[in-house]
Amino acid sequence: MSTFRFTRDHEWVRLDGDLAIVGITDYAQSQLGDVVYVELPEIGHRVEKGKEAAVVESVKAASEVYAPVSGEVAEINEMLTTDPATVNADPMGDGWFIKLRLDDPKELDSLMDEEGYRRFIEEQH
Amino acid sequence: MTLAATAAPLKRTPLHSLHLALGAKMVPFAGYEMPVQYPSGILNEHLHTRSKAGLFDVSHMGQLRLSGADPVKALEALVPGDLLALDSLRMRYTLLLNEQGGIHDDLMATRLEDGLFLVVNAARKEADLDDLRARLGRSTTVELLEDRALLALQGPAAAAVLSGFCEGVGRLGFMTAMETTLAGGKCLVTRSGYTGEDGFEISLPAAGAAAVAEMLLARPEVRPIGLGARDSLRLEAGLCLYGHDIDDTTTPIEAALAWTIGKRRRAEGGFPGAAVVLRQLGEGASRVRVGVRPDGRAPAREDTPIVNDVGVKVGRVTSGGFGPSTGGPVAMGYVDRPHAAAGTPLALLVRGTARSAHVVRLPFVQHRYYRG
Repeated sequence: MSTFRFTRDHEWVRLDGDLAIVGITDYAQSQLGDVVYVELPEIGHRVEKGKEAAVVESVKAASEVYAPVSGEVAEINEMLTTDPATVNADPMGDGWFIKLRLDDPKELDSLMDEEGYRRFIEEQH
Repeated sequence: MTLAATAAPLKRTPLHSLHLALGAKMVPFAGYEMPVQYPSGILNEHLHTRSKAGLFDVSHMGQLRLSGADPVKALEALVPGDLLALDSLRMRYTLLLNEQGGIHDDLMATRLEDGLFLVVNAARKEADLDDLRARLGRSTTVELLEDRALLALQGPAAAAVLSGFCEGVGRLGFMTAMETTLAGGKCLVTRSGYTGEDGFEISLPAAGAAAVAEMLLARPEVRPIGLGARDSLRLEAGLCLYGHDIDDTTTPIEAALAWTIGKRRRAEGGFPGAAVVLRQLGEGASRVRVGVRPDGRAPAREDTPIVNDVGVKVGRVTSGGFGPSTGGPVAMGYVDRPHAAAGTPLALLVRGTARSAHVVRLPFVQHRYYRG
């Protein structure tokens, strides 16, 4: 399994072949609380790095999920439509949101690695 | 993704240390640091309250005592409710009105042997104190009871649990109060609440509050519940949240709270804004608070525009979110009267896209108040 990269907004991304899988981190889901609804983009939709790609809602509020990298949506996780709680149960695995066909794989290099993200979260407290 | 930030110097309730010990996530609310949820999470806390019993710390709310020559008559002049007919230890949900018939606050008023006991919203308690002192006149004393806590025990198991500690509460009627003892300390227990379930509110001295809370939490049926679930519970029950579903621009008629206007008061008037309110009672108001159920799965939150079938704005959502007991999104809002009938199709503009919805009768979850 290829390595995870992380954004300061608590999204993760990792390469799977020529697609980039995107989700939110375990820290993000624990801060968010019970996820009750997820809104995913259409397949074929273009997302820009740093711009809104999806929406994740808890009982209390809606939060934006930003694209860690730019690309075209190739797949979306339909399971989240019927079972949004998957985001809480397995945020780094089954709780993935979208898979992107990347514009530029080098965009991943500027993101935090696992150790960097771990330190980043510690600084939040 | 975006995460909320927290803020400044906040007041604490008498149960603050207990919340931290229970692992609560604390957030600012009405100038207080309050538990929004405990480790079990909002969904579980909400469902637990409707199946067993939830304990809420609502000590941030304002507890007021009115005393003097004739405090009941004095307060009646500011509300549309029939307070004169309230027997001792009976209580009423009522509304402080302004001169335009708008709602200054909603509150619970309990008649005592020697005056009135009021519970008002936390965010309004300072404004209510000022307003009551200004409008009640010098013959009535208004006292904010600062050294008291307020706990709510709500749910189908609440009566059985509380009866174990307090003889007689099981027989207490809905919207009735009793002065009694809990854990050796005096308290005022009312059979009332903000969830739509059977339950009680307990007013007691701050000093003994944590011990009483721990005593109740030791019961296996009881779990601590935060403000997050308190909000989803009251929304499903169709109950208003001041500052959102009702405010100083909404009249009781617009707010679908005409039932708070006593029969004698309809005939006599004698409350602020009576001319406006009674005219609306006769003719109908131009807008009405209704239940709105999105047809899909996306929640529609406060300020979501409500449009008709040709995209013309006909209202807005004032409270909205996810209803754990209904398993889907629920909302309340105001719509122009022609669109207020149950079953009327509407659309909600969520993130710029129209999502279909319908007007539904409130509550979303049937009330289960104790009827004896």
